[in-house]
Amino acid sequence: MSNVSQEDIVIKIEGLKKQYQLGVIGGTTLSRELQSWWALKRGKEDPNAVIGKDTRHYGEKFYALNDINLEVRKGETVGIIGSNGAGKSTLLKILSRVTAPTEGIVKMKGRISSMLEVGTGFHPELTGRENIYLNGAILGMSRAEIDKKMDAIIEFSECGQFIDTPVKRYSSGMYVKLAFAVAAHLDAEILVMDEVLAVGDMKFQKKCLGKMGDAATEEGKTVLYVSHNMSTIRQLCSRCIVLNHGQIVYDGDVESAIEVYMDYQASELLTHYDFTDIERPIDHGDAVFLESLTFLNTDKPVYFTSDKVLLNMKWHANARIEGLRFLFQFIFRDGTVVGTMESDAVVDTEPGCSYSGDFELDVSNLVEGAYSIQIDVISINEFGSHTGYDYPYRKVYIEIERGADQKGVNWIRRAWGSVRLNQMVNVKLEESKECPKNDK
Amino acid sequence: MKMKNDAANEGWSIIIKPKTGLFEVNIAELIKYRDLILLFVKRSFSAQYKQTILGPLWFLISPLLTTVMFTLIFGNIAGFETDGVPQFAFYLCSTAIWQYFSTCLSETSNTFTTNKNIFGKVYFPRLTMPIATVIFSLINFLVVFCAALVTIIVYMIQGANISISYRILLVPVLVLQTALLGLGVGIIISSMTTKYKDLKVLVSFGIQLWMYATPVVYTPSQLPDTLRRIVMLNPVSPIVVNFRYAMMGCGELEITYWIISAFVTLFLLAGGILLFNKVEKTFMDTV
Repeated sequence: MSNVSQEDIVIKIEGLKKQYQLGVIGGTTLSRELQSWWALKRGKEDPNAVIGKDTRHYGEKFYALNDINLEVRKGETVGIIGSNGAGKSTLLKILSRVTAPTEGIVKMKGRISSMLEVGTGFHPELTGRENIYLNGAILGMSRAEIDKKMDAIIEFSECGQFIDTPVKRYSSGMYVKLAFAVAAHLDAEILVMDEVLAVGDMKFQKKCLGKMGDAATEEGKTVLYVSHNMSTIRQLCSRCIVLNHGQIVYDGDVESAIEVYMDYQASELLTHYDFTDIERPIDHGDAVFLESLTFLNTDKPVYFTSDKVLLNMKWHANARIEGLRFLFQFIFRDGTVVGTMESDAVVDTEPGCSYSGDFELDVSNLVEGAYSIQIDVISINEFGSHTGYDYPYRKVYIEIERGADQKGVNWIRRAWGSVRLNQMVNVKLEESKECPKNDK
Repeated sequence: MKMKNDAANEGWSIIIKPKTGLFEVNIAELIKYRDLILLFVKRSFSAQYKQTILGPLWFLISPLLTTVMFTLIFGNIAGFETDGVPQFAFYLCSTAIWQYFSTCLSETSNTFTTNKNIFGKVYFPRLTMPIATVIFSLINFLVVFCAALVTIIVYMIQGANISISYRILLVPVLVLQTALLGLGVGIIISSMTTKYKDLKVLVSFGIQLWMYATPVVYTPSQLPDTLRRIVMLNPVSPIVVNFRYAMMGCGELEITYWIISAFVTLFLLAGGILLFNKVEKTFMDTV
């Protein structure tokens, strides 16, 4: 970054910190606060201090952002990823001036437009057109500027037909499209987006990503994009930052950033899962209750593709079910379902009985990486359709590493997916007669 | 947010710092966002009157009913003195200006709490909100003002002891002062409600009490001397008294107390803006 001239830098963040206070802030009434203040003035004990309550953490400082230093150049599209609570939204809030930092300084060149949830400031009673004016003005455009862009905005929003209808009659998809269209046509040099693309149909999402990409490459706008959706990050961003506990832990190319992020997520690999206190879908009843899952013969559920995963599950039955089965849904860390493994009929349960079963999983088809498993307990009828009995909302994590038996190509997950299908076998090979090497 | 010394800016157009100075109020930015203020006014208007039968005529119903009540209770039953002008005209004028003040105050006093959703998502000068509210209430006031004019003219034709004259030129000044005073007090309260929510309750009955401390249903000349002085120190009192004078020549023009009131207005407004400016930076963390 040292070979870049200072002029190219449009956002410069130095030593940025944002501190929140743990405990209740301002949760008192004015009179109580005056009372406390008066008591302290006279050197007496605070009459409103809670007796016997552990106040050691009360008023303790917590840094949502802890010393962020960052430089963003003109025309860059920067993705920001991190698990919940890593400080992504706080960072965007400070950049878009919704809240002020505790320490540090942010300098920016040009106008900034934030799209923290599109459609804020839309009023349901106003028509689409009126809302375009209003939303544009909120984002800092003058009336004349909006007039100039009105046609482009309406066209992009695909709402032309309904533009003079109050937006309260819009479908939620149209609402988002219109809101995004306004924000995307803004003359701001810096665009800040927080999961705006989570809504809207696939076609529109694609269009938005395209529009944002164009904004960066053709118009030289700078884009900051926060998302949990790795595939949109891949499509849009040229650079990616990983935040963890308020600090930048990685800054660089997108693929490595995503890997770093997943490593942080995968750091909680357990061998034993207790499902007794885990929530289930409310309509599942209590016919079967999955109690626990334990990975056997390992101290960390990390497996080579050549290994067999051995695990034990314990469950309790409250009803008679013929042919209880288990489904293991393998999910890659970016949220895509990779595939599902089903067991054969394990047991015909008797009410009041508890069972414990060991299972062996073949993971040789899985491409190396971290996966989560969602367990579903089912039975099937004679036509093969299933009834669900238990579905604990707690995923089980495992990691797959490439075994020595895998001698194939270095896998590109983005292009080839997460399952390595069984090997193709060459059964017959013919060589043409004119083959040059036959001349020898 | 703009720094005062441009030399330190080095071409940066936005600089975000933890705290800004007490007096760094960015008026230029507010002017840049004037379109937004007008759109907020328009939004309030359509939001309130789309799909209603009477539309803005609703503006009239509440002050007219209030005036009828006042005429019945204070005029007829209690028999308050109205400086020789017809009771209905007297109470209508008083109600018009008082209601403008009280709406400005109560509507701006919940700026932060009612708009916390939008304030939490996007930045724009926060002062645009209360200013738009005050302008929207002005439309409301103008409707009542016209009704008052019509009433006065009708009474004049009937030969009552009132008249419209050049005095009416004072009205814009008085209305402006009312708006600024309501805005000032309103944003002080709104800045404080981000931390103390119970102030909201105080506002609704505080306004009620304040009305009785203001010569709305009575004239100051009816009061004993000491009480009169205290009542006239209330910054709204000279406005109401002078408004009635400007409209229909009722009573006499109050000069001394009006000057005091003007200073108090400016003081409260300046204090309000400074406080608001300080709170708007971090209110999202406490509201």
